[in-house]
Amino acid sequence: MGLFEKLKSLLFGKGDVSEGTQDEKPVASKQEKLVSAKHEAPVTKAKPADMMVEQKPIIQKPKEEKPVADKITVGHVHMSGCTGCLVSLADNYEGLLTILDKYADLVYCLTLADVRHIPEMDVALVEGSVCLNDECSMEEILETREKAKIVVALGGCACYGNTTRFCRGGQQNQPQHEAFLPIGDLIKVDVYIPSCAPTPQQIRNVCLMAYLLLKGTEEQKALAAAYLTPLMRLAGGGADTCGCSHTCACGCDLMTEIINQGLCCGCGSCAAACSVRAITMQYGKPQIERDLCIKCGGCSAQCPRSFFSFDVCGQYESITHLIGEVMKP
Amino acid sequence: MEFLGKYKAVYKAKAGCEDILSKAQDGGIVTAMFAYALEAGIIDGAIVAGPGKEPYKPEPMIATTVEELFAARGTKYSISPNMSLIKEATRSYGLDKVGIVGTPCQIQAVRKAQLYPIGLRDVPDKIALVLGIFCMENFPYQGLYQMVEDHCATKIDNVTKMDIGKGKFSVYTERGINAQIPLKVTHKYEQPGCHVCLDYVANLADVSTGSVGTPDGWSTVFVRSATGEATFNKAVEAGWIVAESMDGVKPGLELVTKLATEKITKNQKYLEHRKHAEHAALKPLRNPYI
Ligand SMILES: Cc1cc2nc3c(=O)[nH]c(=O)nc-3n(C[C@H](O)[C@H](O)[C@H](O)COP(=O)(O)OP(=O)(O)OC[C@H]3O[C@@H](n4cnc5c(N)ncnc54)[C@H](O)[C@@H]3O)c2cc1C
Ligand code: SF4
Ligand code: SF4
Ligand code: SF4
Repeated sequence: MGLFEKLKSLLFGKGDVSEGTQDEKPVASKQEKLVSAKHEAPVTKAKPADMMVEQKPIIQKPKEEKPVADKITVGHVHMSGCTGCLVSLADNYEGLLTILDKYADLVYCLTLADVRHIPEMDVALVEGSVCLNDECSMEEILETREKAKIVVALGGCACYGNTTRFCRGGQQNQPQHEAFLPIGDLIKVDVYIPSCAPTPQQIRNVCLMAYLLLKGTEEQKALAAAYLTPLMRLAGGGADTCGCSHTCACGCDLMTEIINQGLCCGCGSCAAACSVRAITMQYGKPQIERDLCIKCGGCSAQCPRSFFSFDVCGQYESITHLIGEVMKP
Repeated sequence: MEFLGKYKAVYKAKAGCEDILSKAQDGGIVTAMFAYALEAGIIDGAIVAGPGKEPYKPEPMIATTVEELFAARGTKYSISPNMSLIKEATRSYGLDKVGIVGTPCQIQAVRKAQLYPIGLRDVPDKIALVLGIFCMENFPYQGLYQMVEDHCATKIDNVTKMDIGKGKFSVYTERGINAQIPLKVTHKYEQPGCHVCLDYVANLADVSTGSVGTPDGWSTVFVRSATGEATFNKAVEAGWIVAESMDGVKPGLELVTKLATEKITKNQKYLEHRKHAEHAALKPLRNPYI
């Protein structure tokens, strides 16, 4: 329950969400360092006044028309990613419609919704890493942290850099863009969804659990908290015994964190999870073709010996049933 | 008993047909369940531990026919990473209803995959039947090879069956039992990851089965989930499996409970030890369980 309390304060710490305006100051920000000096100006004031005027009706209108009172608000923030993560979200097909119909309003998504500026929201799904050489990205990642209660790093690039780790600049049409960081190196991140691309089902589960956490019964809240805990730990919350950085991932993690630690059971989940087929099983253990690895973090997160919760997995039958029920159109 | 996991029913059971039993490890429950499920359309195929290129080195295989299931009968006491094919089964093989057999750790991996399909797109809904086999420990192939060739002085190519039971590792050839060594000797060859394992009877499977508890030629079967119950009962009705009550069966659940308790308490102690609390100078090792 201690964990649940922590989550609650994480979610409700800022108090009620008002109809956020551009001028609202971040309250109790843990990003004080970032907020100060150089960033304050661009975030709160640099926006041209006419765009602010234009933006208001666009945001407020859908809010007034909300068919269900207690939906959560979700946004998709596009950093340096390939849109594959967003496509994965959309690949829930009718499931996405059910989610948008019953549980979540998509309040921000450059590709799918006509909203220009990052609004207040419950959950921000951030795709892509942040390019330090792109001022706009730097502003938006800070703004995302300030305006979202829960920041989810969606996919390998946001969590670990993924393919953008290999960038050295020089590419058209922005040859000067060469320094890319996982969002966790710039802001505090609450939940990780690793892998490239993250799967539609994993994104769905996180969205539903976020909904249950905010709007569910006490029992559902506890379940959602238990479910999200390991994904929060991946993001650096809680006491992970893993000594390395939370923003670095590689197939090598299977060696350093699993095999070297005497934990590998030879199940093969890692090999199945790798989307670039960098892993084969040799004599019952993963063999990683390290040059193929794109550093998405999928293999080690999928491994039952990276994290395993008897509490959550022991309830697989009822949780699977619950997901099936709530996803009914 | 908490160490035996939740179950709806427990049986003494075996396959209803001699063809399966002839080369099954115990009661042929795994093969019979999958064969029935395949014929009845409950699964389109199953991931099993097929014969590999080297003798008794299992190779995960997707069986889509009863013949292929038959080829995978029998226990191979070495690691068969069955989960490595879980996505492949739904892609290259295009299966919509996948069966999978595995040791308790592999069944944990299946359930994690269903709830946290981090790198397993479209897999969760396609897992249709999950059979678990009891497991005390497993051996890397090189370790097994050494146990058979060196300790048992038997050419592994000539082995027809291996078995662990009654405190011994037994190796059979065409002439019957060829060599037996006490498990004490085999311990050092165990896979290190087995020493943090907290499950003996595949608590998270739909149905789990093993030899311990029932007479030779029979299996002990725990029916656990709703899916497991429905499939097992239909397999019995259709004659693929013969099931009897565990009441009065010797050594019965008492022995299963004893072994499960021994394994899990021993490994819990080891996990505790890995914290290195007694040595301020040693850093703790990673604990996967949260
Ligand atoms: C490493 C290991 C340790 C075991 N320890 C115990 C024990 O301590 N106590 C106990 O009662 N039972 C144990 N068993 C289970 C037992 O040996 C039989 O596998 C089980 O009773 C099923 O027999 P069956 O006749 O029903 O199956 P069969 O019809 O003979 O089919 C066996 C099935 O198991 C699969 N299989 C074989 N080897 C492996 C493997 N290495 N990994 C994954 N799948 C495999 C095959 O593909 C086949 O589908 C162990 C099994 C293994 C693999
Ligand atoms: S080995 Fe594969 S799954 Fe693992 S981090 Fe590399 S690319 Fe991702
Ligand atoms: S997923 Fe399985 S095989 Fe891969 S490292 Fe983890 S325990 Fe080992
Ligand atoms: S003892 Fe545990 S970890 Fe080892 S093979 Fe058996 S189930 Fe897996």
